[in-house]
Amino acid sequence: MTAIEQEKRFLSSSLSIRLRPIAFIVALLVFWQIAVSRHPDQLLPGPLAVLRAIGELLQHGLLARYVVASLFRVTWGFALAAVLAIPLGLTIGWYRRSEMAFNPLVQIFRPISPLAWIPLAILWFGVGDFAAIFLIFVGCFFPLLLTAMSAVHNIPAVYVNIGRNFGLSTAQFIYRVLYPAVVPQLIIGARITMGIAWLVVVAAEMIAVNSGLGFLIIDARNAGNRYDLVIAGMVIIGTIGLLLDVAMRSLERVKSFRWSYSGD
Amino acid sequence: MVFDRDGKSIAVLEDLNLDVSDGEFICVVGPSGCGKSTLLNLMGGFLSPTRGAITIDGEAVHGPDPRRILVFQERGVFPWLTVEGNIGFGLSRLSRTERGQRIAHYVQMMRLQGFEHTYPSDLSGGMKQRLQVARALAVNPDILYLDEPFGALDSVTRHLMRGELLRIWQAERRTIIFVTHDIDEAVQLADRVVVLSSRPARIEDVLAIDIPHPRSMSAPRYLELRDQLLNKIGLAYTV
Repeated sequence: MTAIEQEKRFLSSSLSIRLRPIAFIVALLVFWQIAVSRHPDQLLPGPLAVLRAIGELLQHGLLARYVVASLFRVTWGFALAAVLAIPLGLTIGWYRRSEMAFNPLVQIFRPISPLAWIPLAILWFGVGDFAAIFLIFVGCFFPLLLTAMSAVHNIPAVYVNIGRNFGLSTAQFIYRVLYPAVVPQLIIGARITMGIAWLVVVAAEMIAVNSGLGFLIIDARNAGNRYDLVIAGMVIIGTIGLLLDVAMRSLERVKSFRWSYSGD
Repeated sequence: MVFDRDGKSIAVLEDLNLDVSDGEFICVVGPSGCGKSTLLNLMGGFLSPTRGAITIDGEAVHGPDPRRILVFQERGVFPWLTVEGNIGFGLSRLSRTERGQRIAHYVQMMRLQGFEHTYPSDLSGGMKQRLQVARALAVNPDILYLDEPFGALDSVTRHLMRGELLRIWQAERRTIIFVTHDIDEAVQLADRVVVLSSRPARIEDVLAIDIPHPRSMSAPRYLELRDQLLNKIGLAYTV
């Protein structure tokens, strides 16, 4: 059974089965709360304290503001990286000679963590949104570039030959054969890169800006050891990360992209 | 035709001279790996001969051309397009109505009614091959090259598909060059059968099949020709 079929099965199965993951999480939370109330040291605040902290953030209007700030930076950084990296990657992947030229450069820059760019980012852009967006851009650029290159390599030669056989112009070929053939892999790469972007934004915000969820965490600790806020921040980050992933997954379900995931 | 791979030259085809007339059904048979597909790719313009030339109606072949469509053995349909989308693939220059008519005509001819909006992942192997042929025919090519198109199908489907192909060929007469390793298929379908030797392949012989269609597989003349063909390929007819 393919992954999509398994998923479909899960979604349409009875309510009790679908509730199981949630029940499991609730059980863990209860366990956590009990453990905390039995050992009231300050090593870890309990779920109720965290919930109260989230309520606090909501009350002061900070939750919405921080979430929007982080999402804003992620969106811009990711979009800029995608717009540059994907066409570039497709081109490099297609022309073998250009790949030989660019590959050493790519392989050198790739392992450099986006966080290593922080000092340069602050130097060039100062503390603020641009620095954060730049860091996310760097973090997204190479994964997307490599995904695009790999996607082009994986186009079966048959499709290329069919395109040539039917006398398509270059533009037609790109639009009607190349693009549909690479899209499924690009979506997978985009999903993974979105996860990376979300990781980077939190780290970037801890150092380079004054708002956002990463900032919330570091500020909560600095401004009075508010670990309940720290955990609240983590919970929110995790939740939004999950929602982003779900959104990207839903793209995979679009019928004309789905062909690549069925067992053909 | 010489391939250079990993520094070694592999001569695949040598001394091939073949003339094909308009509307003929030619089968190319030969031992596995002898270069049948290479020959087809050369004819289709996907490869350039290292020596010699391929001319069609006096014109040299420079590259792939929509006037000569190649049907592949597997994975030849675009999985992101529906049946209609695939058939209409080469028809972008036609008007909407004309396109629709052509597609409908070939859906009908290849017996794919009801599946116009289906994606290839929901089609059987035989249907996918029918779809490929429909897409090829839709652009009205002069020549149809088929590279073991029924090779990946089961025995029964293969029989049915042969009948379909003959039916189409008799209805819309085009030149067909059909590569196969199946002797029976060659005798059932072809006007002439070109036998290739093993690598480096040359034309061993060309056998004319003079039985009119429909051909009976138990007729003496059929069996005679079949045996001749088996002999040419160097196989005994007793297992």
